[in-house]
Amino acid sequence: MPRVVIPVRCVKTDMRMPVPDTPTIARRQQIVGALRRIVPDGVIADEAAMRPYECDGLAVYRQIPLVVVLPSTVEQVSAILRYCNANNVKIVPRGAGTSLSGGALPLADAVTIGLGRFNRILEIDWDNRCVVAQPGVTNLAITNAVQHRGFYYAPDPSSQIACSIGGNVAENAGGVHCLKYGLTTNNVLGLQIVLPDGEVVRVGGRHQPEGEGYDLMGLLTGSEGLLGIVTEVTVRILRKPETVRAMLMGFASNEAAGDAVAAIIGAGVVPAGLEMMDRLAIHAAEEFVHAGYPLDVEALLIAELDGPQAEVDYLVERVAAIAARCGAACVRVSASEDERLRFWAGRKAAFPAVGRISPDYLCMDGTIPRRRLAEVLARIRALSEKHGLRVANVFHAGDGNLHPLILFDANRPGELERAEEFGADILRLCVEVGGVLTGEHGVGVEKRDLMPVMFDEVDLEQQQRVKCAFDAGGLLNPGKVFPTLHNCAEMGRLRVSGGQLPFPDLPRF
Amino acid sequence: MQTSFTPDQLRDPAITAADEILRKCVHCGFCTATCPTYVLLGDENDSPRGRIYLIKDMLENDRPASDAVTRHVDRCLSCLSCMTTCPSGVNYMHLVDVGRQRIARTGRRSAADRLLRWLLARVLPSPERFRLALLGARMARPFAAFLPGRLKALVKLVPPAARTAILEPRVFPAEGVRRRRVALLAGCVQQVLDAEINAATIRLLTKHGCEVVVAEGAGCCGALAYHLGREEEALAGVRSNVRAWIRERTARGLDAIVINASGCGTMVKDYGFLLRNDPELAPGAAEVSALARDVTEVLAAVGLKAAVAGAGTTVAYHDACSLQHGQGVREAPRLLLQGAGFEVRDVPEGHLCCGSAGTYNILQPELATRLRDRKAANVDGVGADVVAAGNIGCILQLAPAIGRPLVHTVQLLDWATGGPRPRVLDQANWLN
Repeated sequence: MPRVVIPVRCVKTDMRMPVPDTPTIARRQQIVGALRRIVPDGVIADEAAMRPYECDGLAVYRQIPLVVVLPSTVEQVSAILRYCNANNVKIVPRGAGTSLSGGALPLADAVTIGLGRFNRILEIDWDNRCVVAQPGVTNLAITNAVQHRGFYYAPDPSSQIACSIGGNVAENAGGVHCLKYGLTTNNVLGLQIVLPDGEVVRVGGRHQPEGEGYDLMGLLTGSEGLLGIVTEVTVRILRKPETVRAMLMGFASNEAAGDAVAAIIGAGVVPAGLEMMDRLAIHAAEEFVHAGYPLDVEALLIAELDGPQAEVDYLVERVAAIAARCGAACVRVSASEDERLRFWAGRKAAFPAVGRISPDYLCMDGTIPRRRLAEVLARIRALSEKHGLRVANVFHAGDGNLHPLILFDANRPGELERAEEFGADILRLCVEVGGVLTGEHGVGVEKRDLMPVMFDEVDLEQQQRVKCAFDAGGLLNPGKVFPTLHNCAEMGRLRVSGGQLPFPDLPRF
Repeated sequence: MQTSFTPDQLRDPAITAADEILRKCVHCGFCTATCPTYVLLGDENDSPRGRIYLIKDMLENDRPASDAVTRHVDRCLSCLSCMTTCPSGVNYMHLVDVGRQRIARTGRRSAADRLLRWLLARVLPSPERFRLALLGARMARPFAAFLPGRLKALVKLVPPAARTAILEPRVFPAEGVRRRRVALLAGCVQQVLDAEINAATIRLLTKHGCEVVVAEGAGCCGALAYHLGREEEALAGVRSNVRAWIRERTARGLDAIVINASGCGTMVKDYGFLLRNDPELAPGAAEVSALARDVTEVLAAVGLKAAVAGAGTTVAYHDACSLQHGQGVREAPRLLLQGAGFEVRDVPEGHLCCGSAGTYNILQPELATRLRDRKAANVDGVGADVVAAGNIGCILQLAPAIGRPLVHTVQLLDWATGGPRPRVLDQANWLN
């Protein structure tokens, strides 16, 4: 089966991206002019001003885009896609640029579409308990808009202050509260997306979608910008629980903390969040937010329990008893809302706070079965010694989603390569113990080449047929997720043939 | 973040400082969310992360400032909201100043732009020159509609009636037992536009047992020139201030240097860094920075007398960016106002700048007006009797746009503890 091989080296690493299409680059002026006609005040073609777009939150991979366009209406997005589709120009969508898997890494021959101007909340529908927002609205802004009436939006990635809701949909973002309230996919009710040919379609609505044919919303959420561009999101909001309390539990070893996590979940308790940090992460976070974390422990668990007062009181006692049985060196329960927020502030800022102790880090995102937690942590420690790099562990322990942060100094020759090798070893380890490559950050370019560790060739080809159903020309975000790009035409059967629309039942605008 | 400076480049102390700052940035993008210009414009170039990138590129490659760098760094308010948000401790303030100096040296600006910047840097820091300029501007006010954009913005900012009183060097003795001896930065623009702020500050400090001295030889803090990228001009002023205060401290002792315009406070607190490589004045500058306090910090430490007036008045407290982000002073003004019997209300989106930002409302009138209107709507939405702020720039910017009187925090505290009732409370919209 013929393949488009991906041989070009990206900056500074051996991450290979699709070969830039020289004819496309040659007609750059023409493309820029066309985009200017669609978005007169939003085209960035000057090299110096395109440079800040050369990477997202994963700054080790960089590429200056062909051109950047910042549309502010759905019609503009649609016109851009229509133009690109008709002229065979590739597209890379970008939200707030906080991806840690390189989901918005540009291509030299692709238009980067920034959605930063889509930053308005369109409607708060209290009766249906949902919010309709443009894709560039930040995750936290949704909660801020509804909290005065006691509501909130549950998924809360650590970057929630900055990450956009459209990006959350693309990556199926999680957060500390996913353990009880689900990932983005469990909280999105409706989407408006622009398909690669410029067509604007709606999926879902304002109620929990169910049983009407294929779960397209499930398919689109987490599709990493490969299937369409999200231009409007409707999310469910929840009433804030009556009582919320957080607990800090310190342990003398990672293994003891890991056992405590397994024991808490094993006992049938479902905390709203159950997080773990190791010594290095505790110290970095404490220095930034002064959360009052114990500094003399090896591992820290943060558990949050919410619900009616009586239930929370009971659960706090049970969790404290389990922690004590697992050898907790200290247990503290938040006495006020301020204190609870402070407990979380350290965890939420832990990633960038590591920037205070190391000039660079790679953030990994594997998921493992909870009961293997202690074992995996011990093996990560061994890998850390093998590769000669420090690792700070910060993760959603409750659902087994690990975020080891590999610390390195990109200014020292060879360290980035060692860090990448270390990261790949960790992800292989996750798959080996029965886990998966990603919990919530997406595959992007970061984990792309490890996909075959998890999926065989048949699996990967089948996934690409889904991509072909939406984007037969392979124009949307190429080079992400799939290690080898197959040509849709050659893969055959699912190719959309002339005049026949995919999903003819969808409402179209 | 990875940087690539040559050992030769790193011999320049400005580059060493920039390199250290850049290395701390992990490119997480948290700062984009709280940056006023990113919120307005949605372009990465108009966010702190984008500007850091632009500056990094310019410095690493030793390039003259491109038009893109100039345009986007010019749009930065230096409100420092990004520094409050940044979990990695990136000192954006120092980095953007390095960028501004490089732009001032190598960037291309129109003759009109250069002239306006020169004028601002020459006139504003000198109370005498500024007073004269005010007269001219006031005469031009009726013709504002015919002036080009930035001149119009400048003329419109000038209040029709200013109460000027320029403080000469002197000592204001403490009432009763002297508990502290403090130097007051008399300021430049503020005392020309509203002398009542210094008067209220002095009354307030002296009645709480502080002897207040206006030191001989101390003048403008230098912030206006410095943020326009005119380093040498600014540092000359910084040096004379350091000499003046150290002289005063050595001769008669100082417990604090009090600043009642928070834009200046942020600058004085940074003197230690600015003169870190000055063989003569480095220790003195560090000492000055260590002594520098916002007036509310001093009052909070001294403790306020029992209140006799103002009880029950609702106050919308506006956080000046230089106070909340530059100095991290958020609690003290609120607690003092509450302690004095006022009912303090927070303003939504309090972290977003009002658009004043030194000379920003003159140089970037369009963005400044959008921010001002957004802030005014938020302030008015609170529905308080009066608005309090700790910085003359914000007061000047917001007063014409909001539907209620706006005073400096010290004026309310002075009134509550026996001073005169602020006049603006009886004359709505004094600036119009």
